[in-house]
Amino acid sequence: MRLNVTVNGERRQADDVWEGESLLYVLRERLGLPGSKNACEQGECGSCTVYLDDVPACSCLVAAGQAEGREVRTVEGLAEGEALDPVQQSFVDAGAVQCGFCTPGLVVAAHDLLDRVPDPSDEEIREALAGNLCRCTGYEKILDAVRTAAGAR
Amino acid sequence: MRTFSYVRAPDVETALRTIATEPNAKFLGGGTNLVDLMRENIERPDVVVDISRLPLTGIDELPGGGVRIGALVRNSSLAAHPLVRTRYPVVSQAVLGGASAQLRNMATVGGNLLQRTRCLYFYDEASACNKREPGSGCSALGGFTRNHGVLGVSDHCIAAHPSDLCVALAALDAEVEVESTRGTRRIPLTEFHHLPGSTPHVETALAPDELVTSVELPAPVTTRSRYRKVRDRASYAFALVSVAAALEVRDDTVTAARLALGGVAPKPWRATEAERVLLGAPATEESFRSAAEAELASATSQDGNDFKIELARRTIVATLRDLLTDRSAA
Repeated sequence: MRLNVTVNGERRQADDVWEGESLLYVLRERLGLPGSKNACEQGECGSCTVYLDDVPACSCLVAAGQAEGREVRTVEGLAEGEALDPVQQSFVDAGAVQCGFCTPGLVVAAHDLLDRVPDPSDEEIREALAGNLCRCTGYEKILDAVRTAAGAR
Repeated sequence: MRTFSYVRAPDVETALRTIATEPNAKFLGGGTNLVDLMRENIERPDVVVDISRLPLTGIDELPGGGVRIGALVRNSSLAAHPLVRTRYPVVSQAVLGGASAQLRNMATVGGNLLQRTRCLYFYDEASACNKREPGSGCSALGGFTRNHGVLGVSDHCIAAHPSDLCVALAALDAEVEVESTRGTRRIPLTEFHHLPGSTPHVETALAPDELVTSVELPAPVTTRSRYRKVRDRASYAFALVSVAAALEVRDDTVTAARLALGGVAPKPWRATEAERVLLGAPATEESFRSAAEAELASATSQDGNDFKIELARRTIVATLRDLLTDRSAA
């Protein structure tokens, strides 16, 4: 099929797409957006989190056919030109990144949280990020980054 | 993952016609369970019928005070809906107690009813599993059973049903509406899921050509309801034991009680024995304990899940105590 999808505000097309392949595969392998990561492929780890029609979803579980005509916003679409989104900047400043594989998903999930809840409690942060697994940091610096970003927005 | 053909259904009629003519087809809603199981090679449909754009996304008030929930309502929308939050707090709490934010944004109500067990042996192709491969045996028996059932299990299967939402729906007398090319019928939620017996692969009353279109909740007997979930982590874990409860008390006497258990049985477990003990009893911790004892009287356990029997009793008592003391829940 030819897939039509709006990604980060731009109308994109991909040809010869199998409807059953994942949206994550389309983004990474066909549209040149490798920010969203492929880890568990089961919706467990959150590394592939993107906005799908404005709500965060695991793009590994979305069939390409299901994404036809819809709007996607990936981690690549959060910055304004060269200026990082406050969530991205606070991840850098807090040292919330170690190997970095989980970071794009965490950034999108934290971005969504702060859109909905501008000043979240620690409990709200933990719950909002529960679906994003990090095996390096122990999460403390990530919590720091989200608190800082909340203050900066 | 095996390849399959993909069909997007533009309307319910087409979806039903397609599923009726394709011998090995599956409906695809949110994909949070089906796609996972396809990756694991456990579900192997030849045809996937994408129903995610069908107009089954309403949450509508019914005459008489009930509510109809479309099968494609997302979990996060269900939990946030004002009608659900005010009349059925237990439903909202159950949904928010499950999965992660991303998955709740994707997962649908109909899919929640049909999600399959998280038994590790069901997922592991190298293990015997009567559910995955009828007649092959059950590796869970004598295996690692911390997450398995203690009520309604059989010698063929001890897997627990994973849903939180269904536990709340079971307590509230929900009915499931299903459609096929043959017509429409309604199934009480407590009869929708089957106990394993000698056929653990037959999990629900849904025929292969039927589509869940909505779930209806009758007017609540009380808005004082609650979901309590005990698990190994504070979030993003399946229940070891969960309790959905609604309790109405007048003059210190229980005048209505609705109770269901999760994590302990192969289906959402309506606690009818406990309800029978509670109705008309003094609203005291002693009554709650007697009710819990009655419900768990038929429980059987393996070494690994023996703790669940007492944990279930205590969680029932704690949930009812919460409902009794928290006046703000009224």
